[in-house]
Amino acid sequence: MIEKVADNWRLRGQRYRLEGEVCPHCGAVIFPPRDICPECGKPAKEPKPLSGRGEVYSFSTVYSPPEGFEAYVPYTVALVKLEEGPMVTAQLTDVAPDEVEIGMKVEMVTRKLLARGEEGTIIYGYKFRPMLQRGA
Amino acid sequence: MRKVAIIGIGQTKVGEHWSLGIRDLALQASLAALRDANLEKVDALYVGNMMSGEITGQEHLGALVADALGLRGVEAMKIEAACASGSAALRVGTLAVASGMADLVLVVGVEKMLDTSGRETTSALAMAADAEYEVSQGVSFVALNALLMRRYMHEYGWKREDFANFAVVAHENAMNNPNAMFHLRITPEKYAKAPMIATPVGLLDASPVSDGAAAVVLAPADYARTLSPAPVLIRASAVATAPVAVHDRKDPLALEAARLSARKAYEAAGVGPEAIDFFELHDAFTIMSALSLEAAGFAERGRGVALAVEGEITRTGRIPIATMGGLKARGHPVGATGMYQVVEAALQLRGLAGANQIPNARLGMTQNIGGSGATIITHILERMV
Repeated sequence: MIEKVADNWRLRGQRYRLEGEVCPHCGAVIFPPRDICPECGKPAKEPKPLSGRGEVYSFSTVYSPPEGFEAYVPYTVALVKLEEGPMVTAQLTDVAPDEVEIGMKVEMVTRKLLARGEEGTIIYGYKFRPMLQRGA
Repeated sequence: MRKVAIIGIGQTKVGEHWSLGIRDLALQASLAALRDANLEKVDALYVGNMMSGEITGQEHLGALVADALGLRGVEAMKIEAACASGSAALRVGTLAVASGMADLVLVVGVEKMLDTSGRETTSALAMAADAEYEVSQGVSFVALNALLMRRYMHEYGWKREDFANFAVVAHENAMNNPNAMFHLRITPEKYAKAPMIATPVGLLDASPVSDGAAAVVLAPADYARTLSPAPVLIRASAVATAPVAVHDRKDPLALEAARLSARKAYEAAGVGPEAIDFFELHDAFTIMSALSLEAAGFAERGRGVALAVEGEITRTGRIPIATMGGLKARGHPVGATGMYQVVEAALQLRGLAGANQIPNARLGMTQNIGGSGATIITHILERMV
């Protein structure tokens, strides 16, 4: 797990705004940003913040976590298919593990990803929660 | 390019080696392979290993193992490709001999995983995944496989228990392998009751963390017969890659790098899957067995699990897999695993697999997977005598 401040700071656009890219050549939406379009192979550096809306492609509830995530067990991770096209790996939040299903509509929220004691870095980033029903 | 043959094999038992360090393990397997080849010196040494720096605080394994072996001045390097490190080292050794840059090459895969806590090892394994966009989200390596397994079950309508035979058959085969980590039969009932690591992956879907080392000696095939009574030809050696992160793959259930590396290997060998007598696949998780069988052409998409359900993966089935216990029951010392697969395939092709011998085995295939499917290395081996 990367816990150095600079490593996480570099990712602020993605972590807080789900900032991707759009390919000026073929129109593909790209997340995470990679500057070379995975669809057509041409340069693609135009930033594009994503809506944060998508649906669950797959999910898993973790009982045996990597170091640093012990306090959160059990937690549910998912592959979320964003409405713009890209897939993202993230935790689900505000939902019980047995309520999650494939195809469930979700939206991005900003949450704490990891905190290490009183002195350690606190890392924030995106998680996804079931899409809230909004008034008409 | 010259054809390359295996003229010596060696392995340590897989398991918990409290009394042996990483250097000792590499040394034991290497000496066994050199003894088998009746050699004392080689031109080059390649060491496959994934996590020695993280787990034992020791990198620079090429020079370290060369020195331990008394191979003064020899070319030596560590080769890393996550859990495919062992096969990656074999690939480099094969290139060295095929090109004529070296004649005799020693390749050893080694891993030490049990000197640290399970949590530390879990974190070290996760380094095979995308640190910025997978591991940062609390995804373990097991969870990545779980995400694939859940989606596979959803798309093709399989249930968890349908995967049981992958584990049951591996454990059955390990009963006759003295070097296997487990000598313990399991049943579908036991599989069903195993505790969850990351749903739907339970303890008996997953291979164990292990210590171990396995080695081969390579030589030009043209004079392999003068050096060994039972050389094994490397008919094909092929590497392919896919995005490291599962979410970056266009079709996560396709295991694209496996399909590509198998296709390259079939083309190089001039055969298809129907010619393969047994398949040492990368059963780190039951879902990986299903996906590998499909990607290598032994089953249609979504039908890999059917081979397990119908008993076609046993030693007498249509495509025997994990013939000496596989990663599941022989054990999975990650950087050594690819070399165990090759050593076991060589045993089969030499007719020395004991009670697990596949009758008249002529062509064997090994497939070693790095990460959740990003580096996939396929070798096709052939009996020479």
